[in-house]
Amino acid sequence: MATTPLLDIRGIRKSFRRPDGGELLVLDGIDLTLAEGEIVGLLGRSGSGKSTLLRLIAGLSAPAAGSISYLGQTVTAPPRGIAMVFQGFALFPWLTVLENVQLGLEALGLPPDEIRSRAIAAIDLIGLDGFESAYPRELSGGMRQRVGFARALVVHPNILLMDEPFSALDVLTAETLRTDFLDLWSEGQLPIKGVILVTHNIEEAVLMCDRILVFGSNPGRILKEITVELPHPRARLDPNFRDLVERIYVEMTARPDAAPAGKRLERFPGAGIGSILPPVSSNLLAGLLEAVAAPPYDGKADLPVIAASLHMEIDDLFPVAETLQMLRFAEVAGGDISLTAEGRHFAGSGTDERKRLFAQHLLSYVALAAHIRRVLDARPNHRAPWSRFADELEDHMSPDAADQTLRAIIGLGRYAEVFAYDDHAHVFSLDNP
Amino acid sequence: MTAFSLPPSGVSRRSAFSLWDLVVVLLVLGVLVFLAEASRGLMQPLPEPGAEVISLDPSALPEYALRTSLRMLAAMVLSLLFTFTYATWAAKSQRAEQVLIPLLDILQSVPILGFISVTAVFFMSLAPGRVLGAEFAAIFAIFTSQAWNMAFSFYQSLRTVPRELVEASHSFRLSPWMRFWKLEAPFAMPALIWNMMMSMSGGWFFVVASEAISVGDTTVTLPGIGSYIALAIAQRDLGAIGWAIATMLVVILIYDQLLFRPLVAWADRFRFEQEAGVAPPRSWVLNALRRSWLLSLAVVPLGTAWRWTYRMEGAPTYPAPIIAREGKAAAWADRFWYTTITLVCLLALWKIIAFVLEDVTPAEVGTAVLFGLATMVRVFVLIALASIIWVPVGVWLGLRPEAARIAQPIAQFMAAFPANLLFPLAVSAIVVLRLDPDIWLSPLMILGTQWYILFNVIAGASTIPSELRDIGTNLHVRGWLWWKRIALPAVFPFYMTGAITASGGSWNASIVAEIATWGDTTLKAHGLGAYIAEATEGGDFHRIVLGIAVMSAFVVVINRAFWRPLYALAERKFRFG
Repeated sequence: MATTPLLDIRGIRKSFRRPDGGELLVLDGIDLTLAEGEIVGLLGRSGSGKSTLLRLIAGLSAPAAGSISYLGQTVTAPPRGIAMVFQGFALFPWLTVLENVQLGLEALGLPPDEIRSRAIAAIDLIGLDGFESAYPRELSGGMRQRVGFARALVVHPNILLMDEPFSALDVLTAETLRTDFLDLWSEGQLPIKGVILVTHNIEEAVLMCDRILVFGSNPGRILKEITVELPHPRARLDPNFRDLVERIYVEMTARPDAAPAGKRLERFPGAGIGSILPPVSSNLLAGLLEAVAAPPYDGKADLPVIAASLHMEIDDLFPVAETLQMLRFAEVAGGDISLTAEGRHFAGSGTDERKRLFAQHLLSYVALAAHIRRVLDARPNHRAPWSRFADELEDHMSPDAADQTLRAIIGLGRYAEVFAYDDHAHVFSLDNP
Repeated sequence: MTAFSLPPSGVSRRSAFSLWDLVVVLLVLGVLVFLAEASRGLMQPLPEPGAEVISLDPSALPEYALRTSLRMLAAMVLSLLFTFTYATWAAKSQRAEQVLIPLLDILQSVPILGFISVTAVFFMSLAPGRVLGAEFAAIFAIFTSQAWNMAFSFYQSLRTVPRELVEASHSFRLSPWMRFWKLEAPFAMPALIWNMMMSMSGGWFFVVASEAISVGDTTVTLPGIGSYIALAIAQRDLGAIGWAIATMLVVILIYDQLLFRPLVAWADRFRFEQEAGVAPPRSWVLNALRRSWLLSLAVVPLGTAWRWTYRMEGAPTYPAPIIAREGKAAAWADRFWYTTITLVCLLALWKIIAFVLEDVTPAEVGTAVLFGLATMVRVFVLIALASIIWVPVGVWLGLRPEAARIAQPIAQFMAAFPANLLFPLAVSAIVVLRLDPDIWLSPLMILGTQWYILFNVIAGASTIPSELRDIGTNLHVRGWLWWKRIALPAVFPFYMTGAITASGGSWNASIVAEIATWGDTTLKAHGLGAYIAEATEGGDFHRIVLGIAVMSAFVVVINRAFWRPLYALAERKFRFG
């Protein structure tokens, strides 16, 4: 029946004010509905605005445009009936497990007896009995997140928001907690009607969600909606499961079909001076090149496969792969990474040759590196302060992103020995390059 | 349901009257008697000038100690109230913050004894002819020695509450009142208690200095250890001074055992980051309170009543920082606000200059600045000397856990002990040996504050990771190289904290240290402290204000130009992790 959905989001736009007065758009044109009995996954890389969207839904901040309505009511404050589970657990270290769980009920002003009985019921449900009087620091990460779940469930929310709830846990603990949650959910034991899960883990999204919204960055937007029709419990090794994971990898590595107006369509995108560089260590670059060059991949690897074998999640793997692509050591498309001829050459060379090749590619293909080198060459004393480049980058990006980009280029520049940087004086130079 | 049921929170299952209950009853009764005794004297009329109010008989000392400690306690309560309101306001309101925080910074730099000179007359006039007015003045003076750093610490804690916890508290719809007591106050508690202890240390110094003070014709002599000492100095009675010192030792020990140890042990659970392997602080008083059945009976209704206040507030709204101020109205409001601030500042500056220049020639302003330079040289030389002595000692102690365990409380105790009680001993020695007061009075300034350097360095040295020490041994790093590459960089941030505290304290102490009397002999060193002290004695408000303004300016400039950059460097370059 076509009743009001639990949550209805139309045309959401969110921007942050930059210190210079400009606007930084983080979310644009987001439409989303959540129906009863649904788990919807927001899947994307860090910086795609999915956590920001979750906070808008939670009423923790206000959108710049668009509307969020919960059960037909516009959200203007943290609504009753929407509870959240946090990535870092967000437990109060000075409260016991029981007191942490009771917190939301106390805020609702319920009678003490009801607070107590509901809290104990939630603690039992989530498998924490016996730990009522423990403090969070006495618990392992998995148990702490169970407290986080109990605290959210105890207020009997209609919607449960989960902000990467398993990403701070080790693999085994995370899997146990996911399975326990799904069991309770499918048995109908949870007092919730719908779930929104933010994640950057593709397998987690496929394992848990009924619908997956794939997010893209700059600004954050929904690229693709994927419905998961596999029956529960889902098995990771099931070929249908693998196919779906592969399909999402392809979606996430796809190049935009049509370039947005004003941007050039490049074979190797993202090397202009205004592009944000991810913090990637040269060790990881060399490591991934070697891994892909070696058997069994021999120069071409399926991203989900190599991610699993290297125990890397997309948030770790994609920046490395993209930096290699930017340096034209590799090409990423269709869920695959394949090395270029120079990439193979790099993997097979010794340190000196690697550095020479790296320096050559860095200066040729990364505009910012070439720009810094040019400025340093042009100055009589071959020195330039940090702010010289930071100010320039801030015309294109937020100060945080400019900081990160400069740090990243410093790391690459140091490895390539094309310039030096003194962090004490905040000065770039050609000293001992 | 679980197989067992939990006892109602707060009430222990044992209902039998235990030994701990006896301890608690005794403690509570003792505190009540203490409060009653000490507050009895407040409403009495001021004694006639010249009347004998203080007796040098040692048997009077317990009562004096009681009165002195109560003043400290009253000031501490005031400081806490100030902290909770002022710092919270500054942390919650952007506009208030722009004024309150720089103001706090300036207040911190004003010499504390300067406050007494200026405010004593005002407070006396509030309750004319009664002891109460003089008590107000003394308590206010102690308050000024305690409140600023507590407020600063609380403000900084409020600004650094972890974001996820703030979000969780909004998401679970905690009202601002509930959020303050469930999240913000607990998060700030460990740093606040640490600062309360530091404030208390400073407070002892000034309680002694503020009980017997004369500003021109107005003489305040409140019964207390400070007045006892003042009389002992006037009568050159070394025996009485010995008794006073012994009493002070006992008072500080009692404060430590009954107040701060329980507080520190209690606040341990509020620490946000828990280092593994560090034994939690313990306190027998806290144990007694926790295990007492009577106390839990008394506390449960209080807890219920407290929780009831959480429900009083209305519906939550968007978290404050989210609502951006937009539009022209806000811009105009901003402009109006800044203009007002500027005008008020200019007016105040003009008033101060006009007031000072009424009676003081510009040449004398120059003299005051020169005196300030003399005091500055003293402070820097003394800090350097104290560092040369205490840094190696502190490193040595800090690397030996057993030694550090013994030395650390002693150093903290020495920092808490009011060094001005020891001044008479030093002064009598200078008089007898006919030494140059310009040189030999100086060490008194750092007598009490040098310990901050020592215990901070001990703390720093004991946190050097054992891996770093092992690699030093492994690479045969020894001698000066070991100090230069391992020990000194590792303790540098901690040393900076200690040195900044010591420097601030020494400036404050200069007012009592640069001019000293022993009977009818007065020793005077050339310096800004002596200048202020003399002006105070003569009731010369123009010169008091000039002296205070110059000293505040010196402290502010030295902090900004010297200590802060060094501290930032230490934090950036030498902090582990």
